[in-house]
Amino acid sequence: MPARRILLIGYGNPGRGDDGLGPALAAEIEALGIRGLTVDIDYQLTVDHAALIAAHDLVVFADAMVGLAVPFRLARVDDAQPTSLGSHRVSPEAALALAGLLFGQAPPGWMLAIAGKEFGEVKEGLSPSARANLGGAVAFLRGWIAAEIAKGLVPVAALHRVE
Amino acid sequence: MSETRLIEISPVTRVEGHGKVTIHLDANNQVDEARLHIVEFRGFERFIRGRLLWEVPVIVQRLCGICPVSHHLAAAKAMDQIVGVDVLPPTAEKMRRLMHYGQVMQSHVLHFFHLSAPDLLFGFGAPAERRNIFEVIRENPELGLRAVLMRKFGQEIIEATAGKKIHGTGAIPGGINRNLDIATRDRLLGQVDQMLDWAQDALAIARNYVQDHSAMVADFGTFPSTHMALVREGDGALDLYHGRMRALNCAGAPIFDMLDYCDYHKVLVEDVRSWSYMKFPFIKELGPENGWYRVGPLARMNTASFIDTPLANAAHGALRAFSGGMNHSTLANHWARMIEVVHCVEKIRELLHDPDLQGTDLVAKGERRFEGIGVIEAPRGNLIHHYKVDEHDQVTFCNLIVSTTHNNEGMNRAVKDVAVKHLSGQPKITEGMLNHVEVAIRAYDPCLSCATHALGQMPLQVEIYDADARLIDRAGQCL
Repeated sequence: MPARRILLIGYGNPGRGDDGLGPALAAEIEALGIRGLTVDIDYQLTVDHAALIAAHDLVVFADAMVGLAVPFRLARVDDAQPTSLGSHRVSPEAALALAGLLFGQAPPGWMLAIAGKEFGEVKEGLSPSARANLGGAVAFLRGWIAAEIAKGLVPVAALHRVE
Repeated sequence: MSETRLIEISPVTRVEGHGKVTIHLDANNQVDEARLHIVEFRGFERFIRGRLLWEVPVIVQRLCGICPVSHHLAAAKAMDQIVGVDVLPPTAEKMRRLMHYGQVMQSHVLHFFHLSAPDLLFGFGAPAERRNIFEVIRENPELGLRAVLMRKFGQEIIEATAGKKIHGTGAIPGGINRNLDIATRDRLLGQVDQMLDWAQDALAIARNYVQDHSAMVADFGTFPSTHMALVREGDGALDLYHGRMRALNCAGAPIFDMLDYCDYHKVLVEDVRSWSYMKFPFIKELGPENGWYRVGPLARMNTASFIDTPLANAAHGALRAFSGGMNHSTLANHWARMIEVVHCVEKIRELLHDPDLQGTDLVAKGERRFEGIGVIEAPRGNLIHHYKVDEHDQVTFCNLIVSTTHNNEGMNRAVKDVAVKHLSGQPKITEGMLNHVEVAIRAYDPCLSCATHALGQMPLQVEIYDADARLIDRAGQCL
């Protein structure tokens, strides 16, 4: 059986405080050099991510989230097709839908939301709490990806919540 | 008691950013006033103060996730002047140009296919649930696929020249920090002919739309105005990366021409109005009433004497012939935008065959200065970056005039024109009617995040108020 191709997309704006959590997580995971894992870092999801997504067997989206009651949360991305699409904001659902519509393959998608607090100001660097949440999320995702690579199959129905 | 009503579109969808449209109706349901408001401001110009000049071309990319390359290059051009460099080594200038053409191409493609195509294909008043890219793809999957692959091609060029998609570092004060390796060049060359074919098909779609709907286009946000853009020094050709400033009045006569862009502040003034954070620039000698102007793809088609690539030049000639000279139709921006896509792909192909891209002389040096101004034609139009630095290399002053700010008055006039024609006298304002207003704004491809120098999401809304300032209707949704 060929190795499964896993894609991690970390997105957000590092110039906007905790909005940089997604890119920060992706950079830390990328530095681990996990075999079989492709890491993409961007300001936001865009339509051309559909091509990259369609070339993988599983995709993890990582983004900062405001108002999250837990440090981070991994949840299955709804495969219901959204009706709108922008360019400043393409949702994970929309990116998966585009992959399916245009390239005939929409792999299972998971959303790793990491709690952030400070988004409003133009500034670089994460808040102390966001940095702590990032550490936990990196440790968790590292193990999760290793397990997914090892077992070769992805649970598609369950909603995973990590607190 | 007054007898007017007020409508707000809040947020307008499928634009880059966040703002609000308010429409005032009188007692007879006639549009009394219509305005585009920008409702968020975060002050990037203050944020940049104190940063080291070397950091600036990287940091300014955080202004916008859609056109970071434009800010990267405009800032780098300003910093070239500060490090005393007026002429870059050929490899540096050509790498920057390649980056810029990739950026303009991918931005225009995204706008045309993903943001505007639903309106153009299904009609401005089509049911809201139909006006989205997924329906476009269902109707024409090949079109959707091409749009994504063209955008991807542009992104690949950016990555090859800037180093990475986020916080690219390619352009540095005085030059560039990389050349283009042969393997990457060949990979891009392998796609470029296909891209040019698709670009021409996209141009045909846009051109046919304007020609086939000429009566509607002529009556939809069409009004005479001044147009302003950079043109190439000497011959006035279209030049998206560098040139001199040209402003033509509505009849095509020059207001200023071949102006050194370092003198922009001698001819342009930024006005402030109480109801919007976005400034209103105007040409000083004409005053705020008459000195406003438009920028962007259509302005570039109006101001350029010709285009130095054959396919785009032929298309430019066709647009000028169709228009009988200056074109003032808001919706003709779509046609102009696709001409520029063809031009960019032609330029990309030309550059990929140029051995200078593999050169190793990447950076020039000069005598240190304390002020620099960089101007570029970004996808949405003219973009000005102006900095002063101190002897410690720290920025002490920053002024940005972005394309959407240049177009502020033009967009407001388009909003009012369309609102008057499509909302006046209507007993009930429908979502489809309000979308007409959004279509007019969208044709300028505004980036409201850039315009207020803010970061992140800024959706735009439309609301309707009556004569007593009571909100009676609201439309729009977040992107």
